[in-house]
Amino acid sequence: MSVFNQSRSNIIRLIFAGMFLIIAAQLFHLQIISKKYKQQAQENALFRKSIYPSRGIIYDRKGRAILNNTILYDLMVTPAQVKNIDTAYLCQLVGIDTAEFRSRVLDAKAKNGPFRPTIFEDLLPPEMYARLEENIWRFPGFNLQERPIRVYPYNAAAHIMGYVGEVDSAILRRSNNYYQLGDYVGRSGLEQYYERQLMGQRGIEFWLKDNKNRLVRKYGNKDLDTPAIAGKNLHTYMDIELQQLAERLLAGKTGAIVALEPSTGGILAMASGPNYDPNSLTGPDKQTNYAHLALDVAGPMLNRAIKGQYPAGSTYKPIGALIGLDEGVITPASGISCLGNYYGCNRPVKCDEHWAGHAANLRLAIANSCNSFFCNTFRLTIDNPEYHSVRKGLTRWKEYVNAFGLGHRLGVDLPSEDGGNIPDTTAYDKDYNRSWNSCTMVTMGIGQDKMNVTPLQMANAMCIVANKGYYYTPHFVKDIEGAAEEDTVLNRYHIKHEPVTHISNDVFEVVHSGMQDVIEAGTGRSARIPGITMCGKTGTAENKRVVDRRVLKLRNHSWFVCFAPRVNPKIAVAVVVENGGYGATWAAPIGSFIVEKYLNDTLRNERLADVNRIAGQNLMPKFLVRVQFLTDSTRAADWTRQTGDSSRVLKYLDRANRAFLLDTSEGSKNPLMQNIRKMPGYKPLLPRTAPAAPASGQRPDSSRRTSLAKDTQAVRRKTDTGVPRHPAPPISQPTDQKGDSTQP
Amino acid sequence: MNQRNPTISKGVDWSLVWIWFILCAIGVTSIFAASYHEGENVIQGFISLKTDYSRQLLFFVIAGIIGTFILLTDSKFFTATANLGYAFGIFLLLLVFPFHSRVKGTESIIRFGSAFQLQPADLCKLFVNLALAKYLSRVETNFTRPRSQLIAAAIALTPAMLSIMQKETGLSLVYFSFFLVMFREGLPPSVLVIGFSFAVLVVATLLLEPNTLAIILTAIALLAIYILRRQIKRSRSILFLIVGIWFVCVGVQRFVVPFAFDHVFKPYQVKRIYDAIGKDYVPKDRATEAALESEQKGKKKDNNYNVKQSKIAIGSGGLIGKGLLKGTQTRYDFVPEQKTDFIFCTIGEGFGFVGSIIFLGIYILLLMRIVSVAERQRSVFSRCYAYGVASVLFFHIVINVCMTVGLAPVIGIPLPFISYGGTSLLTFSVMLFILVRLDADRQMVLR
Repeated sequence: MSVFNQSRSNIIRLIFAGMFLIIAAQLFHLQIISKKYKQQAQENALFRKSIYPSRGIIYDRKGRAILNNTILYDLMVTPAQVKNIDTAYLCQLVGIDTAEFRSRVLDAKAKNGPFRPTIFEDLLPPEMYARLEENIWRFPGFNLQERPIRVYPYNAAAHIMGYVGEVDSAILRRSNNYYQLGDYVGRSGLEQYYERQLMGQRGIEFWLKDNKNRLVRKYGNKDLDTPAIAGKNLHTYMDIELQQLAERLLAGKTGAIVALEPSTGGILAMASGPNYDPNSLTGPDKQTNYAHLALDVAGPMLNRAIKGQYPAGSTYKPIGALIGLDEGVITPASGISCLGNYYGCNRPVKCDEHWAGHAANLRLAIANSCNSFFCNTFRLTIDNPEYHSVRKGLTRWKEYVNAFGLGHRLGVDLPSEDGGNIPDTTAYDKDYNRSWNSCTMVTMGIGQDKMNVTPLQMANAMCIVANKGYYYTPHFVKDIEGAAEEDTVLNRYHIKHEPVTHISNDVFEVVHSGMQDVIEAGTGRSARIPGITMCGKTGTAENKRVVDRRVLKLRNHSWFVCFAPRVNPKIAVAVVVENGGYGATWAAPIGSFIVEKYLNDTLRNERLADVNRIAGQNLMPKFLVRVQFLTDSTRAADWTRQTGDSSRVLKYLDRANRAFLLDTSEGSKNPLMQNIRKMPGYKPLLPRTAPAAPASGQRPDSSRRTSLAKDTQAVRRKTDTGVPRHPAPPISQPTDQKGDSTQP
Repeated sequence: MNQRNPTISKGVDWSLVWIWFILCAIGVTSIFAASYHEGENVIQGFISLKTDYSRQLLFFVIAGIIGTFILLTDSKFFTATANLGYAFGIFLLLLVFPFHSRVKGTESIIRFGSAFQLQPADLCKLFVNLALAKYLSRVETNFTRPRSQLIAAAIALTPAMLSIMQKETGLSLVYFSFFLVMFREGLPPSVLVIGFSFAVLVVATLLLEPNTLAIILTAIALLAIYILRRQIKRSRSILFLIVGIWFVCVGVQRFVVPFAFDHVFKPYQVKRIYDAIGKDYVPKDRATEAALESEQKGKKKDNNYNVKQSKIAIGSGGLIGKGLLKGTQTRYDFVPEQKTDFIFCTIGEGFGFVGSIIFLGIYILLLMRIVSVAERQRSVFSRCYAYGVASVLFFHIVINVCMTVGLAPVIGIPLPFISYGGTSLLTFSVMLFILVRLDADRQMVLR
C-alpha cells in the first residue's frame, strides 16, 4: 500500500513539474525566441512625435523681415475632463451659443475620442486669447496650445511670398511620404519654390503613450530623438518700400509692375493687380478667404507679372530696332516718311504721329514711336534678301527675339511662370494655309499680332538692352542663410547669359539715345525725373476679349518699360496697366515713380499728389462685373440643378437684384438704380472713400476695388487685424431685403 | 523546543510560512507596480488605504493575524467542524440565489452594504477540502469501492454545480482539481487518463479539420491494432475495445463537441475557448451572433484583446525584463485587469524570462514542499487535506499563468497570494495556515 502510494505521490509531483515545464517552454518562446512581441509592445506604447521647426524668415535687401513667424493659440478640449464648468461664460468668451458648444464637444469626442485633446476653436484672435488665458483655470478640460503661423508684417508681396497650406495627396505622393497628412507646405510663391530651404528639418521625439493614446511622458533620455533644425532664412533683392509703392500704384487696376536690378538680375519689386491681403490666408478665416479669392473672376491670386500675357505693343520697338541694326537692314540714319499711316501692305497701319519728319532717323522714330518705321523695319528684317525666303527670315527673327528673353520661360524662382508667345512659321502655316508673307504679320513689328510677352520678360529685355547684351536670370533670393547647398540652388542665377553680345555697343548706344529722347522729348515725357538720365519706351497695346460670346475690343493696355540711369543702369522697370489706354497716361508715370523711389530712396513732395491720384484711380475693366455675374449665377444654377435648392439662384433671377449686381455704380442709367441711389438709407455696396494718407504699411487698395458681386465682397471688407470670425453686420442693402422676401 | 512560546512554534514548518510571506510580498509589489502612477507619494499611497496596493498590504497583515490565530487553534477543531463547515459553505452558495448582486456578470456575489462583498463559490473550496479530507479519512470509508468514489466525487462537485448555476464556470472548474486528491487515495488512474484524453480530443477537434482528425484517429487505431496484433490473436476483446474507443472518439469529435458548442455552452464561452487556442470564432447563425454581441456589449474589449495584450506585455520582457516600474505595457494600462487576473504580466514584463522562472520556481517549491509535508502525515485527514491544498493551488497557478501566456482560455481565476483581492488572499492564506497547523500535530492521529 505504501509503495503504491509512494508511486502515486511521485506521479502527482511529475504532473506538477510537467505543467510548469510546459509553461516555462511557452515563456521561453514568448520572451526569448519571438521578436514579434517586443516590436508590438513598441508599437503599442511608443509614439513618434514630430517636432516642427520654425520656417525660415524672408528678408528684403535692407534686412527687414517681410515674411515672419508668429504664434497664435488654439483652444483645445479634452472631452472626458470637461466637468462642471460655466458653459455660458465660456460660450460668451468664445462667442458661440451653448448648442454650438455641445455640438463641438461631441464632434471632438467623435474625432479623437474623449481622452485626447482636440481643437475646439483654432487660431484665436489676440484679444480673445487674452480673455481666455485669464480665465482658463475655470474650465477644466480646456487648454490653450501654441500654433506657429506665418505673418506678413508689411502686408505686401502676397503673390511673391505665397502662402502655406496643408499638403494634399499629390504632394504626399511626390514627396515619397516625407510629408505626413496635416503638414504645412508652401503652396505658392517663394514659400513653394524654396520649400526645402524654408521648412528646415523635422525632428522626432519618442513619447510613451497609454492605452487611450494619451502621451504620458518622454521615452528614454533623448538619445533616440532627432532635434528639429530650423528653416533657413532667405535674403532677397526686394525693397519692401518699393514693393509697397508698386502695389499702391496698382490699386484698383489690373496689371503688373516688375523692377529689376540689371547688374544682377535681382528682382527689386514685383507687383500684380488686383492684389490680396497675404495675412488673410494665414489667420482663422483662411478657408473662407481663399474660397472668395478663388471665385473672384478678376483673379486676385494670379501673379500677372509672370503669368499675365500681353501684346508688347510699342515697347517691343527698341528690340526691333536692335535686330534691324544688327541684321544690317537699317542704319541709324535710316528714315521713313510717315504721315499717319503705313501703306506698305494692303491694309494701312495707323501711326499716332502725323507730322512730317517724325521718323526721319532711327532716334526720332523711337522717340516718337513711329509705327510705320517699325512695320517697315520688321518687313525688311524677315524679307532680308540674305535668307532668300520669308520663312527663314521669320525663323531668324524669332531666334533674335528669343535671345532677348521673350517667348520662353526665364526661370525665375517662382513656381508656374508663363513663357509668353513668339510665333514661328508653323503658327502661320496653320492659320493661313502656308500662304503668307511679311505683310500678313506686319503688326508684329509694333508688338501686336501673335506676339505675347509677360511683364517680367519685358523687364528682363530692358536689362539686356541696358547691359548692352547680357543678363542674369531674374530672381528674388540673394542668398540663403547658412546654406552649404547655395551652389546647387542659387548657382543658376549667378550665370551670366550673353545672348546678343555680338550686337555692337554703338548700335546699343543709338537705341539708348532714342529711348532717352522718349523720356526727354518723346511720348514718355510724363516719366521725366530731373537729375536722372532715364531711357524708356511707352507702349499702347490693342487687345480683345470674348465676353458673352462676342469679341470685345477693349481699351488699350498701357505699357511702359525703362531703365535708369543710362550709364551704369541700376534699375530696369516694366509696367503694364490693363485697359488703361495710352502708355504715357498711366504706365509711364507709374514707372517713373518706381525709378525715382528706388534711385532717390524717396519721392519728391510735388509727386505725392500724383501718386495719390494714380493710386486712387479705378481702372478695373467694366466687363469683369458682367463676367462675375455670369460665373456666380451659373454656379448658383448648377447648385440648384444638383441639389434642388433654389435659394442661391433666386437673387440672380430677381430683376432688381440683377440690375444691382450688374451695376457698375459709375453713372448707371438704369432708372431702377437711379431711384435706389436716391433712397435715404442707400450706401454703396463697397465703401468708396478716398485713399488714406500714404502711410507706409497700409494697403489703400484693400477697400477700393470695384467688383460688385456679392460673393467676393467679404474678402475686400476684411481689414488687417480683423475680427474675422465675427464679421461686421452686412451693409444694409435695400435690394437684399427684397431678395430675401422672394425666398420661400 | 522554544520555551517561551511552545504552543505555536512547536512542530511548525517555517519554510511554508516563509514561502507564503515571500509570495504575498511579491503580490503587494506587483500590484504596486501595476497601479502606481508617476508623481504619487509612495509612503502616503501605502498608508492611505485608498490605493489598491495599500489595501492589499492591509489584507496581507490581516491574513498574517488570522494565520497566527489558526496556529493557536487545536488541530482537532478542524476535523470536528469539517462537515459543519461544508454544510455552511453549501448554505452560503444557496444563499446567493435569493440575495445575489443585481449587477450583470457578478451574480455569484453577495454584497453587504457597499464596502464588503462575498463570493461563496470562491470561499467554498476551503470547506470542500476539509470535508473531503474528513470523508476519506473515515475508518468506515473504503475508497476502493466505486460507491465511496462516487460519494467523494459528489462532495467535490456539488459546489461546482452550484457555481455553474451562478454563471461562474471558471470557479467551478477548480473543484475538478480534487480528483488529484482522490487519485492519491486510490482512484483508478484510468479516470485521470480518460479525462485527460478527452480534453486533448476536444482541443484537437477545435484545432483540426474534422476529416483530418478522423483520419488521424483511424491511423492511431490501425497502428494500435498492428502493434497489438499478437495479443489480438489471443483475445478478440482487445480488438473490440480498440474499435469501440475509435468509434467513441470519432463520435465525440464529429457530433458531441459541435452539439455541445451549439446547444450547451453559451456563445461567449465558446468564443473564449476559441480565443485561447488562437482561432477566430465564427458564429453559426444570426441568433448566435446576436447573443454573442449582447454578451459583449457591456465589456469594452473582448478576451482576444486581453490575451493579445498580455502576450505582448510578457513577450516584451525579454530575458531579464525592463525592471520594476519600467514596463511600458503594464504601466500604461494596455493589459486589462492586470491587478487581478493578469497580474503575471507585470512580473513577466518587469523581470523577464529569468524573473518569471524564479517566480514559478517559488511556486513549484511551495507545491513540492506541500506534497512532501503531505507524505509525512500519519493521519489520513491531514494528508488528504494537504493534497487538497496542493491541488487547488496547482490548478489556480497553472490555469492563471497559462491564461496569461495564451495556453488556456480566459477564465477569471486569481493567481494565489499575488492577485489583488481580499477574499482570494484570505482564503488561500487560511488554507495554508490550517495545513501548517495540522502538520505541526503530525504525530497525532486525527479522525
